[in-house]
Amino acid sequence: MSGSNNPFLNGLWRQNPTFVQILGMCPTLAITNSVSNAVAMGLATAFVLTISNGLISAIRNHVPKQVRIATYIAIIATAVTITDYLVKAISINVYRALGPFIPLIVANCLILERAEAFAAKKPVIPSILDGAGMGLGFAFGLSCLGTVREVLGAGTFLGIHLFGPNFEPWVLFLLPPGGFIALAIWLLLFASFRERNRNLLQIQPVEQKS
Amino acid sequence: MNEALGHIFVDAFLINNFVLCVFLGMCPFLGLSAKFSTSWRMGVSVMFVITVSSVLSFGTNLILVAFHAEYLRLITYIVIIAATVQLTEMFIKKHSPALFRELGIYLPLITTNCAVLAVPLFQTARGYNLLQSTVFAVAASGGFCLAMVLLSLARERTELSDVPSLARGTAAALVLASVLSLAFMGFAGMGGGG
Repeated sequence: MSGSNNPFLNGLWRQNPTFVQILGMCPTLAITNSVSNAVAMGLATAFVLTISNGLISAIRNHVPKQVRIATYIAIIATAVTITDYLVKAISINVYRALGPFIPLIVANCLILERAEAFAAKKPVIPSILDGAGMGLGFAFGLSCLGTVREVLGAGTFLGIHLFGPNFEPWVLFLLPPGGFIALAIWLLLFASFRERNRNLLQIQPVEQKS
Repeated sequence: MNEALGHIFVDAFLINNFVLCVFLGMCPFLGLSAKFSTSWRMGVSVMFVITVSSVLSFGTNLILVAFHAEYLRLITYIVIIAATVQLTEMFIKKHSPALFRELGIYLPLITTNCAVLAVPLFQTARGYNLLQSTVFAVAASGGFCLAMVLLSLARERTELSDVPSLARGTAAALVLASVLSLAFMGFAGMGGGG
């Protein structure tokens, strides 16, 4: 239970943006047809989220309540523009693969949600930790989905062939319908995990009494 | 550059349907599609916002290019969208208070609907002129509306059936979306000529 007070671990696991909060679904489904793209997208989002959470938290006492959303969006858009140029400078191939989805990080509901729910109320250091935790949790979710889709859809992991030459790729998983199905399977898996944990927590006190 | 208007329309409406094939606007698609009445109203509001913001950002982009300030594009577009959403909110509040109460919290969230931001970005990247941009915006948002309505109708039907408790809600909606998406893959053949 001590983990719930740590904003970093909270975002990484307990409130995982992909599997628990179901936020930021567009890049989750669109960019996960290979593991490397999923990781790149996850890291870019984590970077933006850390910067925006830190900045928003730093100015939280100076922004009037009525214009706060517009201010947050302007800050997020600045962070995304920086990321856009950074990715372009670091690797042009990654930039081409992610395509329009880097500028679209602005419209990722996860980032605005964290700004509103956490950074607007808490001091700078916890906000940065929360941003990094949530961002990495998001990257983790994307890589989970990307692994399933790449292994089943192309028979590779990070471009390395896993199976023999007779493997017939299940192309459906690289196409849009496969994205929906793979995400549904992951959600079911995590829901059953949580259900089991809840049952265990309910049973324990009873055992202690008897 | 000189794509026929009809081709742009069919491409954005069916072949590359924003929701089911390009994965844009997932949040309202999964979050607001439980009831038909909410979903079509949301779809129409999004259509309005997308069309207005597309025309406005086309004009703004001309100014940005004239001043060599393309790096401000993203920030300008998102400000335009936020303003359009505010406008829609005021419009609906005045003309239909009942609808305003029903859409409630979701109206401001149109700002963070990536389909809305994607239309101006795509039309700039593809170099569409004003008429092409408008057709593209109407078709893309119409496709969004169509997908919302289809999914909400399917979800209303499954409401009565016996779904395992674990899969209720998002997981079941995702499976339905996947079947819809499979159906939309059939339209891919229509793009061969273009």
